[in-house]
Amino acid sequence: MFTAFRRVFVGGTKNFVRSGAVSVATVVIMTVTLMIIGFLMFLSALLTTTLSQIQDKVDVSVYFTTSAAEGDILNLKDKLTSMSAVTTVTYTSRDQALQDFRTRHANDQLTLNALNELGDNPLGASLAIKAKNPNQYQAIVNYISNDADLQSAGTSIIDHINYYENKSVIDRLTAAIQATEKGGLIVVIVFAIASIIIAIATVRLAIYSSRDEIAVMRLVGASNAYVRGPFLVAGIIAGVLSALLALIIFAPVTLYLGANYTTWLGGFNVFTYYTSNFMQVFAVLVGSGILLGGFASYLAVRRYLRA
Amino acid sequence: MIYFDNVSKIYHDGTPALEEVTVSINPKEFVSVVGHSGAGKTTLLKMLLAQERPTAGSVFFESIDVHALPASAVHHYRRKIGMVFQDFRLIPNKTAYENIAFAMEAAGRADDEIESDVPYILDLVDLTTKANHFPNQLSGGEQQRVAIGRAIINQPDLIIADEPTGNLDPINTYEVVEILKKINELGTTILITTHNKGVVDAMGKRVITMDRGRIIRDDPQGQYIL
Repeated sequence: MFTAFRRVFVGGTKNFVRSGAVSVATVVIMTVTLMIIGFLMFLSALLTTTLSQIQDKVDVSVYFTTSAAEGDILNLKDKLTSMSAVTTVTYTSRDQALQDFRTRHANDQLTLNALNELGDNPLGASLAIKAKNPNQYQAIVNYISNDADLQSAGTSIIDHINYYENKSVIDRLTAAIQATEKGGLIVVIVFAIASIIIAIATVRLAIYSSRDEIAVMRLVGASNAYVRGPFLVAGIIAGVLSALLALIIFAPVTLYLGANYTTWLGGFNVFTYYTSNFMQVFAVLVGSGILLGGFASYLAVRRYLRA
Repeated sequence: MIYFDNVSKIYHDGTPALEEVTVSINPKEFVSVVGHSGAGKTTLLKMLLAQERPTAGSVFFESIDVHALPASAVHHYRRKIGMVFQDFRLIPNKTAYENIAFAMEAAGRADDEIESDVPYILDLVDLTTKANHFPNQLSGGEQQRVAIGRAIINQPDLIIADEPTGNLDPINTYEVVEILKKINELGTTILITTHNKGVVDAMGKRVITMDRGRIIRDDPQGQYIL
């Protein structure tokens, strides 16, 4: 058993080395395939980062009337915080809101004068709510609007909720995010399938030139497994070499992209992603290389082992 | 040892390749099968190797019904037979040594056996100095001698040679025939097909003549007559 395994391994390695140009061509095509798979990983990471950045910018603010009691507002904050759909709730008190307003209009003397004329603080407190998912805002807003605790003496302590003003923007953004996720997934699948088919066709072509050899091996009494073995080994060697080559090529490519296109990619640094997720990329590429090379060889040899 | 029992083969396009062939071959015989191209010689050999199935009839090797073997047993059966072809059919990216060793490796023989038997066979076919040459570095005659070495390395009971001298010049033909005679004298049954009148007549052994899928003559000490 061990002897057979060793012979298959040695035979496969020799096949790979002696096939020269054919092996080189296979490795080049498989390297391109694996690089496409790698770029799809970067693309999906970029997409995820960008989407979460956008989602992060969306929130809903609830503005309270100036007469609302701080205790009621903090009560609501606690209730919202305990909801599973809510990520964060930020409370801005009336004083804080006034201070923010003054800071924002520090260069606008006219507005500040007008504010001083009023004497009293005209600004209400507010809660800024962030949901885990943009399509949950409607439910959160409904919950707040229907909360009986927020009624005091028949009138609501809520002045207004900016959700209704932002609703169309939020809805469009939600739809866009979902479409991008779906579209991105389809693109990834299509590219992966196309490149895998090309790699399989290349390995087939390489083994096609060995079809007579396979026939001879069978005639001298080699079992199907013994004929197939060295081709699988050669395929797997090609896969591993291609993966290593792709990983090496990625280093300068991502360094260049990271140095020149980070701003353009909305702050996503490809090189930082590559280095910090290297083990994951390594595992995916080497794993795909082994699977691709082994599977393609298996398919290709199987044709000539029938009959 | 070999028995063709009323074997017929009709290919898918309706061409009859063999018609009701019945013939038996005894151990240690040297049999030449002669006939024009398309007479059915190669089909006869393919039947024996389980490469083609007969449309009717059976082929027996010793007591084995060749075409009743399950697919998983065919490679074991083929190890009993050594094959030599007109076009040599060596494995191009293996050296002469490795081509011969491959037949032993495929049969699961131990490394020390391979290391002692292969040099012995290389010496027998007079290729010791070219052991590390690849097929494309060898002449036609040398390639055919490697092929014969590969065929006999597992000490088969039978050697089948399909036009073994078809691509060779007279000197190489003579050498190949001498080697085959020597192997036969050592006790191996040999079945060859050939177009070479000189080879057949010089041998003075059994000759089976085929024409259009039938056996038309079977002489124990025959001549090449067509």
